[in-house]
Amino acid sequence: MQPVATTFFFYFLSGLTLVSGILVITRKNPVHSALALILGLLSQAGLYLMLYAPFVAGVQIILYAGGIMVLFLFVIMLVNIERVEKEREFNKQWLVGILAAGALGALFVLIYTRGRELFPNQTNLPLETNNTQQIGVMLYGQYMFPFEIASLLLLVAIIGAVVMAKRRI
Amino acid sequence: MVPITTLHYLVVAAALFVLGVVGVLTRRNVVIVLMSIELILNAVNLNLVAFSRIWGLHGQVFAIFVITDAAAEAAVGLGILIAFFRNKETINVDEIDLMKW
Repeated sequence: MQPVATTFFFYFLSGLTLVSGILVITRKNPVHSALALILGLLSQAGLYLMLYAPFVAGVQIILYAGGIMVLFLFVIMLVNIERVEKEREFNKQWLVGILAAGALGALFVLIYTRGRELFPNQTNLPLETNNTQQIGVMLYGQYMFPFEIASLLLLVAIIGAVVMAKRRI
Repeated sequence: MVPITTLHYLVVAAALFVLGVVGVLTRRNVVIVLMSIELILNAVNLNLVAFSRIWGLHGQVFAIFVITDAAAEAAVGLGILIAFFRNKETINVDEIDLMKW
């Protein structure tokens, strides 16, 4: 089935993503930044759906918007101090930082305008109807070893976070 | 009307990446620096999923690995932040310049 209004939804969702990204890096209150980031993550999940990646979209919503952002909000409430509201929000090197990021953006623009033909445009793959099933087969077959390493990484992260956040072991 | 191609998604991802880099380099609040790192990781994820429309599902599998890494990184980073805040009562990047005090 051919999707409807692809162009409209692409520009709507990507605009929402970029606007919320700008809000994340400009808001003074970290809670507002976190809420803007949640909005951006949800609209990016919509972009994943447009790219026929429903499983990644679901993981994005459940893990990012549901898990990681709750962690962020908890930590913001733990370390939130009134002083932050009245201070400068940018650090001493902000001009150099913006210049460096602008150079990076210019590099991207150069690459994407000069190397336009390097990126193939047409999709030559058939649309898979059982996306989640195929990803599961690949995770437990071809990508078995990276999968185990990812679980080990999560274990290390859990232990490390507990060790560092606990007052005395 | 121009059809939406892979390049459109790549441009959006590049813009998101640059926004994340600006946030990392210019903000003072460590929590917002960590959120900007999440923005960067999301830009990479968008690239991976966009390319997976062309070269198969490997990009989506890798995007899941990147999300796993983001979770681990957020947990460790916020743990460090809490430990630091308990000692120095600040979360400003400008004042985090000692490895030991």
